[in-house]
Amino acid sequence: MYFSKVTTITLLLPVLLFAGCSSDQSGEAEEKDSADQTTEQTDAGSTTAQKKLDEAVEAYRQYGLSQTDTFVEDTSKFVDAVKAGNLEKAKQLYPKARMPYERIEPIAEALGDLDPKIDAREGDVPKDEWTGYHKIEKILWEDNTTDGAEKYAEQLLNDVKSLRAKIELAEVSPQTLVTGSVDLLNEVSSSKITGEEERYSHTDLYDFAANVDGSKKIVELLNPVIKEKDEELASTLEKRFDEVYEALNQYKKGDGYVSYTDLSDKDTQKLSKSIDALAEPLSQIGIVLEK
Amino acid sequence: MKDDHTPHSKKITRREMLYRTGAGGLGLLIGASGVGSITALGKTSSEKPAAAENQIPFYGKHQAGIMTKQQTYVYLISMDITTNKLADIRDLFKEWTVASEKMAMGNLIGDYSDNLYIPPEDTGEATGLSASRITFTYGFGSSFFEKEGSDRFGLAAKKPNQLQALPSFPGDEIEKEWTGGDLCVQVCADDQQVAFHAIRNLLRIGRGIVTLRWMQSGFLRSQQSGKKDSTPRNLFGFKDGTVNPNTEEDFNNIVWSNGAEASWMKNGSYMVMRRIRMLLEVWDRTHLKDQQATFGREKVSGAPLGQEKEFDDVKLDKKDSDGKPAIPMDAHVRLGRGDGSQKILRRSYSYSSEMDPARAQLDAGLLFLCFQKDPFKQFVPIQKRMAQSDHLNEYIRHIGSAVFACPGGTKKGGYIGDSLF
Repeated sequence: MYFSKVTTITLLLPVLLFAGCSSDQSGEAEEKDSADQTTEQTDAGSTTAQKKLDEAVEAYRQYGLSQTDTFVEDTSKFVDAVKAGNLEKAKQLYPKARMPYERIEPIAEALGDLDPKIDAREGDVPKDEWTGYHKIEKILWEDNTTDGAEKYAEQLLNDVKSLRAKIELAEVSPQTLVTGSVDLLNEVSSSKITGEEERYSHTDLYDFAANVDGSKKIVELLNPVIKEKDEELASTLEKRFDEVYEALNQYKKGDGYVSYTDLSDKDTQKLSKSIDALAEPLSQIGIVLEK
Repeated sequence: MKDDHTPHSKKITRREMLYRTGAGGLGLLIGASGVGSITALGKTSSEKPAAAENQIPFYGKHQAGIMTKQQTYVYLISMDITTNKLADIRDLFKEWTVASEKMAMGNLIGDYSDNLYIPPEDTGEATGLSASRITFTYGFGSSFFEKEGSDRFGLAAKKPNQLQALPSFPGDEIEKEWTGGDLCVQVCADDQQVAFHAIRNLLRIGRGIVTLRWMQSGFLRSQQSGKKDSTPRNLFGFKDGTVNPNTEEDFNNIVWSNGAEASWMKNGSYMVMRRIRMLLEVWDRTHLKDQQATFGREKVSGAPLGQEKEFDDVKLDKKDSDGKPAIPMDAHVRLGRGDGSQKILRRSYSYSSEMDPARAQLDAGLLFLCFQKDPFKQFVPIQKRMAQSDHLNEYIRHIGSAVFACPGGTKKGGYIGDSLF
């Protein structure tokens, strides 16, 4: 997660979507303008491309909704386990419950202060405001108990439910998709590959996989347009995604992943290289916005 | 690239299109004045000052960066290839050729696109800077041809015998992460930012096909800060490179391959890299007499002991007033020279990798680089002698080692290494 970054997603009330101006979190007016321009400039020749883009955006909205539904469901189970004092079960549910969230981070992060409430790591927010998954993670793994985690679990579920309600209002644009797909891999590069995300549970590879899933989903949805603009790029992306999964699959354990602490420097280097090799061509998918 | 893609190939196409449009529009101008060429116009489209005196031509009989008078900064990188398709590598070298040529002219590697949703083709930090005498020297390591017994690209038969890992010498403390590599690029320039920009962009172009194995930067005194073309000093304060080939004949005899061992290496040369840590703290508490005896030269003047000036002959037989050899038997200059039959072109840089955390000492030394026809007939015997008895060994540790075959220069219309592919 990153709070300082200006996001390209604007959260708007539905009525504002048609008003042509945004409720404007800093710096987004410009983004919005160029998005509008994109739409206006559409000529007859590129109508199909525009239509495909619109379809991709709509499909991605649906994806966001379904991931959030799963997120609510899985978080409820996790919260139940914490509240029931079932430490082992809570630990077991933790990494997987987070995955839907990690898949849609680019939209989720745009939804006001819910992201820090749900996903802040220690030090990201003032100590007395620290809540959410990682707060509970610390209690479960560091203190090795569920005691004291109950109230955070309760609040987590409320926050996750608000996320579900708000996600309906998230404005998703083709730009969101373009930026989001690379951002997800940047997340991997900057905090998963270093083990900073899950510093107590060391379940970073679950987040890693989920971020890559989310990025891949976007590319899949945009693929008809990417292919039309640059067939070679489309096939490169396919190949490089395969290579990332291939690298990641070496660390599968049961239906999950090995602990980050089991990875050597060589292992993380290998994973990092595969992400860089994918992210470089991925950064070109902005071509889908060209006429 | 059939089944692979680097982001740049597409953009080159797009750029070419713009270029053609531009050239068409300018056609009248060319016609009217009767001068100029399309390529010249292409260059002026960049906003860079075209300071021709700071440009070293990329194309030529030999690769630049060998005979070129040493620039102030170097970045040397070694890379491993991650693809198993020769076509990918060939395409990469073509892209590197285009980019290197542009940078050698002081240009960015690509113009800004109108699409704000893709990253700029050039990373941008050299915008507005001159070419700064930048040179690019590409080389192939032995593992490029054969890795773990496998003829990975079907080119094993073209591997020259001269291209082998060096034997281990007495006292070597080689660290594996500072050895070998499938490919290397040496970038030298008089401006560090210009050099770094080049390395960064070459690596970016290669992403997904090559990965960085090791990288070392280095520096020398600049031309502004000292007497022009004075022999540079190493971090021990002694002149390094006094005895170097400097005529065309010397280069033909010592440096350039005639292609006998492998025809694709004609006009090329073999680079040896040794990363040599210098124990500066230890050296700095050594008295001057001992320092000079270690090198066999006067520290300030660079003159061989018993002589007056830097370029005076090294007289190994000369005795001092006590009847002892003026140049001690274990002096660096004596052992380096041997019987004088082995010569190399030294093109070393000092390096500083900041701090050695285990000792809280400076992690610094010499990025020793030399070029020759045959490392096993030139560098190896020299180093054998030195490793056995050089007094200097008390103050240095060889911790990195690599050999690369740097082919001849690239012709216009060709690409780097095309003689091999």
